[in-house]
Amino acid sequence: MAEYNRPTSEAEFQNNFKQKKPLMNPTEAFYESARCLFCYDAPCIKACPTHIDIPLFIKQIQTKNTEGAAQTIFNANWLGNTCGLVCPTGVLCEGACVFNHQNIMPIQIGRLQNFATHKVIDSGKEIFKVGKPNNKKMAIIGAGPAGIACACELRSLGYQVCIFEAKNKASGLAVHGIAPYKISNEEVLNEISYLQNQLGFEIRYNTPINSKEQLQDLEKNYDAIFLGLGLGKTGALEIEGENKKGVIGAVEFIEELRSKHHHLKVPNKVVVLGGGNTAMDAASEAAKMGAKKIVLAYRNSKEKMKAYKFEYDFAISAGVDSLFNLVPIGIVGKGKVEGVKFAKTELIEGKLQTKNNDVFVVQCDLVIKATGQAKQGAFYQLIDHLKCDNQSRLLINKETFQTSNPKYFAGGDAVNGGAEVVNAAYDGKMAALGMHQWLTK
Amino acid sequence: MVDLSINFAGIKAPNPFWLASAPPTNSGYQIMKAFEAGWGGAVWKTLGIPVVNVSSRYGSVNYRDTRMMGFNNIELITDRPLADNLREIEEVKKYFPNHAVIASLMVETRKEWIQIIKDVENAGVDGIELNFGCPHGMCERGMGSAVGQEPEVLKTIVEWAKDAAKVPVITKLTPNISHITDPGLAAYQGGTDAISLINTIKSIVGIDLDTYAPYPIVDGKGTNGGYCGPAVKPIAMNMLKDLAQHPEISKIPLSGIGGIETWRDVVEFILLGATSIQVCTAVMHYGFGIVREMDAGLRAFMDTKGYHTIYDFAGLALPNVTEWKHLDLKYKVIAAINPDKCIGCDLCYIACDDGAHQAIARSIDLKNRIPSIIEENCVGCNLCSLVCPVENCITMLRKDDGTAHVTWAERTNADDIPTSFNDNRAGGIGHFVPKPTDALKS
Ligand SMILES: Cc1cc2nc3c(=O)[nH]c(=O)nc-3n(C[C@H](O)[C@H](O)[C@H](O)COP(=O)(O)OP(=O)(O)OC[C@H]3O[C@@H](n4cnc5c(N)ncnc54)[C@H](O)[C@@H]3O)c2cc1C
Ligand SMILES: Cc1cc2nc3c(=O)[nH]c(=O)nc-3n(C[C@H](O)[C@H](O)[C@H](O)COP(=O)(O)O)c2cc1C
Ligand code: SF4
Ligand code: SF4
Ligand code: SF4
Repeated sequence: MAEYNRPTSEAEFQNNFKQKKPLMNPTEAFYESARCLFCYDAPCIKACPTHIDIPLFIKQIQTKNTEGAAQTIFNANWLGNTCGLVCPTGVLCEGACVFNHQNIMPIQIGRLQNFATHKVIDSGKEIFKVGKPNNKKMAIIGAGPAGIACACELRSLGYQVCIFEAKNKASGLAVHGIAPYKISNEEVLNEISYLQNQLGFEIRYNTPINSKEQLQDLEKNYDAIFLGLGLGKTGALEIEGENKKGVIGAVEFIEELRSKHHHLKVPNKVVVLGGGNTAMDAASEAAKMGAKKIVLAYRNSKEKMKAYKFEYDFAISAGVDSLFNLVPIGIVGKGKVEGVKFAKTELIEGKLQTKNNDVFVVQCDLVIKATGQAKQGAFYQLIDHLKCDNQSRLLINKETFQTSNPKYFAGGDAVNGGAEVVNAAYDGKMAALGMHQWLTK
Repeated sequence: MVDLSINFAGIKAPNPFWLASAPPTNSGYQIMKAFEAGWGGAVWKTLGIPVVNVSSRYGSVNYRDTRMMGFNNIELITDRPLADNLREIEEVKKYFPNHAVIASLMVETRKEWIQIIKDVENAGVDGIELNFGCPHGMCERGMGSAVGQEPEVLKTIVEWAKDAAKVPVITKLTPNISHITDPGLAAYQGGTDAISLINTIKSIVGIDLDTYAPYPIVDGKGTNGGYCGPAVKPIAMNMLKDLAQHPEISKIPLSGIGGIETWRDVVEFILLGATSIQVCTAVMHYGFGIVREMDAGLRAFMDTKGYHTIYDFAGLALPNVTEWKHLDLKYKVIAAINPDKCIGCDLCYIACDDGAHQAIARSIDLKNRIPSIIEENCVGCNLCSLVCPVENCITMLRKDDGTAHVTWAERTNADDIPTSFNDNRAGGIGHFVPKPTDALKS
């Protein structure tokens, strides 16, 4: 049973969605940074997908060179501020911090990172330099973390950059998908403006690229193209009643939540389908929006869930109930959703079997499908010689990030099938270097 | 664009970050690794007739969770044969022709000085440093601080070295002396091209409470060691200032040593007149990698302030370090507590009540513990702002309007200073002091 009051104002919304990693104040940053041991060949650096020189930036915070700390962070990761707040640090840098070996709280690397970058972003102080113009032009499709990181790196190498973005905001799932208690829209978008103001890449909003003609145009007018489209909408379950009113994809639900805040009405009884991090987020968010009974339903056992344990624990602490080993076989209700019909499942000889004789209905007013986002397969077919794997993930050269069509490079969710912002940020930067190498060799 | 390169008394280096003569410069391997990491110069571990060292060589002062706040050692000069060192010096210079390699030397007789200077010059060093500093072991043998404490002897040896050397000569001073300007002037008069300071300070860092032996313990016994690390920085800076303000000594470049670990330390030493800095303990603690913090920090500082080279700001703090008698007695600051930041530890209250001037009152509001400053009692000593654990919570605010200005020197000239024990010009007259018996009330 969740016990959040339904938020009726922005203030109540913010109160329910309190930041998990609030901005550190100078005193906290001072004490926390003093704890870091400045390890040699530090394991935290290795555990960061972008290999930020963590002991260095922490020492810079300690010596009051906060701007230098931010510089160190951005040098490795163009979305350093967002990452400080949204990275699953417990399984990345902080999980690797040596203090864990003595059961001492690891250094709060994410929050220290946010402390330094937030401060320079707030000050507006310019710390980046645009590269010497080389009169070459690059196109980027998708202004998500991967596209933005790619644009920044390309600008510092001297390329002209234009990003084509389908929506009216930059930063992709960072602003549309990530849970509001991890980061506010403002915090995400401020970082993007900070980068854009200094590096001067162009973003064309509301400009989806979805035809062969558009792509041919880009190929003609640009020297290389980066694909940072991320993933698509929530995929279909292909079960009876799926189109009833009250059934929504998790990504769509969260996107609406992030833009409407307290104006979004979430009913009392919610079923969330899935066992990944998106399912955990959607369930926690439904609870914080005032739903009373939220049931998280996963087809396999608890141990098999893909979600991080801390995300599951967070949902449970928000008042979410969970059911395991059951699969939805139909949505019931007259016109609109009234419940989900489940069948029990069982693991027999390593294979998950549905027991069609063991069926029951869980009552609800809203069903959130967090069963995976569709890939951008249809789009990729518009591009000649572009190869994907059997799950529609773009295939790339792991060093250069070049796709099988040499003019195209790619990174982020489109390539990894859905990971974290930090992976997209790394890919975007590396792809830019790959593009640069290709064009200069 | 920031340019960190320096020309220190004729010794050129890509940056002012040098390794002090000590274990980190014991071998060619270490120095090459350091240059790779970003150090601009290195003073080779002191060469001479090789010694035999003890096992169990270092001790430290840990302050709470901060390890090696102070560090001490009972090591002597190099224990490696000269030929090995010379070969490695040559090799380092081959790979790093533009980095500064300086040989620290310590021998006894004039003949030895002439010989070893010739040897290291042939190996390709860019300069030599005379080690008159080691406060343990070597001094018992009439070298190191035994020389550094005798200005006349020091001067003679500097003259020998200058006579023999083609490369610049740096004289490294010991701080184990009353007036650093005495050996400083002797070195200057002996013709040294530059001075570096400080070497280590005589110390005992601790006693084992079971064996009653001082650290580091060698088979149940110990000896005084040489103290260094962050703890000695204030002493080093004061001595540096003494030399940098001296009318004659200040004509030659000074290399600052003692407790340097971060870019701030580096900037502070440069502001006090150093134009190269040397580091030992911080490297022994964290490895050569710390130079990346110093480098980034120094560059950022120079960028912000608009300095091109370190010479643009070297010594800029010197005019502001004056004698006590020239300080303005009319200047008046008073503590102010920011109630939004205060966490109610009352450390400021008790520090002021027991350790200063009874100028802080505890909260009378039962709902919080935020103390308040009794402005008329506050003498502006800073103590509360120093003990307060919260960043920027207690600030010292200026209260005088800056129009009046009088110094002790001026008052002395005007015959306006207390001269008898109960003189009514005493500074504390009229200042609030509680009745002694107030201490007895609960
Ligand atoms: C619910 C949810 C919660 C998450 N929580 C976290 C978290 O806590 N921490 C974390 O690190 N990561 C989290 N992630 C993952 C993270 O958001 C993604 O890994 C990251 O945003 C991927 O970046 P990207 O640039 O590859 O793609 P996206 O962020 O998806 O960006 C793609 C961009 O391309 C645009 N686009 C797509 N198609 C076109 C087209 N045809 N033409 C033009 N533009 C197009 C899209 O509008 C979008 O702006 C979460 C993801 C989800 C779904
Ligand atoms: C273990 C150890 C050995 C040292 N050996 C020498 C030496 O051989 N010659 C010398 O001139 N100084 C020697 N020193 C002194 C250092 O060069 C330096 O002057 C001193 O440590 C202060 O700097 P720091 O605070 O950065 O350590 C030694 C210091 C230590 C800790
Ligand atoms: S592992 Fe932990 S203590 Fe070591 S450098 Fe990284 S954050 Fe600091
Ligand atoms: S630091 Fe190295 S040489 Fe010294 S005691 Fe430890 S292992 Fe031995
Ligand atoms: S020391 Fe600082 S935090 Fe503590 S009571 Fe005084 S003002 Fe408050």
